[in-house]
Amino acid sequence: MSAGIDLENVCCDFGSFRAVDHANVSVRPGEFFSFLGPSGCGKTTILRMVSGFIEPSRGVIRIGGKDVRGQRPNQRPTALIFQNLALFPLMPIWENITFGLEVRGVDKTTRRAKADELLRLVDLPGAADKMVSQLSGGQKQRVAIARALAVEPQVMLLDEPLSALDLKLRQHMRAELRAIQKRTGVTFIYITHDQGEALAMSDRVGVMSQGRIQQIADPRDIYNNPVNGFVAAFVGENNVFTGDVQNPSQGMASFATPHGTFRARLGDIAGQTNVKLYVRPEHTALTKAPGPENSIPVTITEVSFEGNFISVLALSDSGARLTAEIRNDGAATVPEMGAKMHMSFDAARASILPDADVRS
Amino acid sequence: MHKLRLNLSHLYALLFLVYLIAPLVVMSGAAFNDNKLPSIVPWKGWTGRWFVDLWHDERMLLAFANTLWVAAAVAVISVVVGTAAAILINSISGRVRTVLYGMMIATILIPGVVIGISTMIMWTKLGGVLFGVDKPFPFIPGLHLSVLGQVSYIAAMVMLLVLARLQSFDAGLEEAALDLGASHGQVMRRILLPHLYPAIGAGAAVAFFQSIENFNVTQFTRGGADTLTVYVFSKVRSGITPTINALAFLLICFTLLLAAAYEINRRRLARIEATRQAEARRAEEMAEVTGLA
Amino acid sequence: MHDMMRRYGPGLTLLICLLVAFWLLMLVIVPNITLFEQSFRPYLPVVEVGGPKDFYSFDNYMKVFDGNVEKSLFGMSFEIPVHVYTFFLTILYSMLVTLVCFAMAYPLAYYMAKIVNPTTLPTLLLMLFIPLWVSEVLRAFAWWIILAFKGPLNALLQGIGLIEDPIRWTNMGYTGVVIGLIYTYVLFMLFPIYNAIQSLDTNQIEAAEDLGAPWWKTHWRIVLPHAKPGIASGSVMVFMLSAGSLLVPSILGSTTSQWFTQTIDQWFKDALDWNTASAYAFILLFLCTVFVSLALWVFKVKLSDIAK
Repeated sequence: MSAGIDLENVCCDFGSFRAVDHANVSVRPGEFFSFLGPSGCGKTTILRMVSGFIEPSRGVIRIGGKDVRGQRPNQRPTALIFQNLALFPLMPIWENITFGLEVRGVDKTTRRAKADELLRLVDLPGAADKMVSQLSGGQKQRVAIARALAVEPQVMLLDEPLSALDLKLRQHMRAELRAIQKRTGVTFIYITHDQGEALAMSDRVGVMSQGRIQQIADPRDIYNNPVNGFVAAFVGENNVFTGDVQNPSQGMASFATPHGTFRARLGDIAGQTNVKLYVRPEHTALTKAPGPENSIPVTITEVSFEGNFISVLALSDSGARLTAEIRNDGAATVPEMGAKMHMSFDAARASILPDADVRS
Repeated sequence: MHKLRLNLSHLYALLFLVYLIAPLVVMSGAAFNDNKLPSIVPWKGWTGRWFVDLWHDERMLLAFANTLWVAAAVAVISVVVGTAAAILINSISGRVRTVLYGMMIATILIPGVVIGISTMIMWTKLGGVLFGVDKPFPFIPGLHLSVLGQVSYIAAMVMLLVLARLQSFDAGLEEAALDLGASHGQVMRRILLPHLYPAIGAGAAVAFFQSIENFNVTQFTRGGADTLTVYVFSKVRSGITPTINALAFLLICFTLLLAAAYEINRRRLARIEATRQAEARRAEEMAEVTGLA
Repeated sequence: MHDMMRRYGPGLTLLICLLVAFWLLMLVIVPNITLFEQSFRPYLPVVEVGGPKDFYSFDNYMKVFDGNVEKSLFGMSFEIPVHVYTFFLTILYSMLVTLVCFAMAYPLAYYMAKIVNPTTLPTLLLMLFIPLWVSEVLRAFAWWIILAFKGPLNALLQGIGLIEDPIRWTNMGYTGVVIGLIYTYVLFMLFPIYNAIQSLDTNQIEAAEDLGAPWWKTHWRIVLPHAKPGIASGSVMVFMLSAGSLLVPSILGSTTSQWFTQTIDQWFKDALDWNTASAYAFILLFLCTVFVSLALWVFKVKLSDIAK
């Protein structure tokens, strides 16, 4: 069983500080939805409002179509996985996992059987009688998931649960979480500040900044078609140019900058004054001869080998610091330091975007 | 948390404060009642005469002075001994540490009656062994024995406070100082003790107030001398006048003044800290907007 | 020890060791050994000390069993030595004081640790500390005023019509003593529990709540187990302080209430028999230690957890 979640014009104020500002989201049943944003952007506040630890100051929250305002956390069909997991250190693993059943008056034999079943589901058989302190970080993670699943929630809420793990384990647990979500079909709402995590696991991502949801889209769209500068900058690297829009037509425009005038796609800039041109480093090309369009003469200042790609820093003749990335397919030619080259980019891969949608 | 339970918990906290403070208010109020017995009922009109009587009650003033002397002595000795003990405990380990630490902690739990009697017996017997019947100071009963008896457990309280502070001390600093050519005395004076000052200050205050509180140890060791506690105690048994309430009122006022000064200072520091944090938050928001985060 | 020599040099190390030795030997160990030794000697005139009559015996301890009194409990009447009876009641009422202190302090400790706004907490703490700074004798004296026959409590209760005639609070057995001890020592229960609950991760409480636990279940399964060392520490403090208190029972006691420390005081001050007083003091120390150890063992708390 899984349920959808709807937030309608949800606001949350702490005194004069507005942590969440008119959030509107519809999470579909069975979806893996991530809120992505820097610390303090309001994503955790949204999670705590859905789980019932905070009441919204304005707006409606529906779980499975039912308005849950006024319901306490223990009355909502949600289960929360805390950032620090919040496993109970004084209980053995199996009591941890079935605590939610214990408080519902389920008898001990049933609970024990349920614990063993869940431990198999999260791939931790035989850990039932251990104590929390005996487990590794990844194992604790699995116990926390099992504990949340034990109460058969319709929605799982995860508050950066992987942040305490090291890189390798984190990547492994991403796949694991995704698999568990698919297996159980429960709606997952996942909070993270790590764009890699959000893009890799989610069906859809909501990017947040300063209490506002900036964009909701699937991971590919978020990366390829960011709606504003904040989203573009938060989910990847960019070369940024400031300048003025000229001759907009059919979604394209010219953009006059001190480094030349470039053609690019035109984002939704209606009513926005701060507008910039964004080009991802991997969407640029470095050539000996000038490119067909959007070409800038540069001098290579630094080349760093990153493994799967090569990062190149260049200084344009007009004084702009630019970055290019060359995919390392084994045959790529590495530019020489100090070489005079031309950096160019496809007009369809460059976007003219407004700054972030900030609170007024 | 549920609204009703939240309000109930606020109410409970309030009632608890009333429970703690009301008796002190009643006691203070009786200092102004023109009634020979210390009470607020029946109210026979305002008077300041108990304060005048207090001023003329020489035995009480002497007892008060004694109390302050004893408390000051206890504070000084306890701080010295307790700090030394904390440093010792912090630099040893294993079985010796467990035993010593256990012994120090145990002193807090020994009933004051036991401490009082044992201190009294030991010092007078020691005097008897050394000098016969005519024992000189300090082998006679008196307030100096009260001081020693009180130190025996108050030092442990100071030790606990200093030890907690020592745990946050980076021993690398001492090594750095030694490496830079400081003498052992300088390491102690310039590096370790400054780090411990807050705990030592708190320890001195705790020792001072604990000493004023003390009755059990003093009762068995004081000989004929009075401290405030003993004096009030004897008065309660043998007919009391509101002069004691007058004194209690003055003491409470003094305590309140100290508390208010402390609170004002704390709020001032909190305000400074709040502005600093606001500044940091603005800086972070700026960074976020400009995309530099 | 090596470490200390290296850091502070031989001179300071020696000074530190001497200070600690002075404390533990001269102020704690030797006095207690003297007390113990003295408790086996008879009380003799000065000239006979060290004479033929001065030999070790259990006589002082046996005095506990002198003088039976007739008492009845739960309808059964029995004979019991008066001092044993006093000791028994001292322990019993100290336990009662400990229990009530726990019941009063736990909700407030939880409130301070988890509910109250952190910015108002320092003010609250300060207000709680004020009675602690006012000396014990004055706190007991305050209750002596309140509980007086013509005092404010009776006046208040009569005023709101709860009682018709004033009550003799300080002449109702141990009532006054228990009230006074609770007021005097409740804060010694509050602060250890507060410290213990404060160290509990609030996420633990929220996790339990999120998993569907009602509030009492959260306390029973999460908060109380976590606070156990603090509760044990507070209980041991309150119990030992109550059982060892002389001031409060003397000021607020009635003609029918006798505390064991008062018995010791009488041997020491009235009978001037220091040796028997020593024996009684040792009994108090020994049996209280045994009792506390037993309680710790029953509740599965280690002594090392307590001194945190």
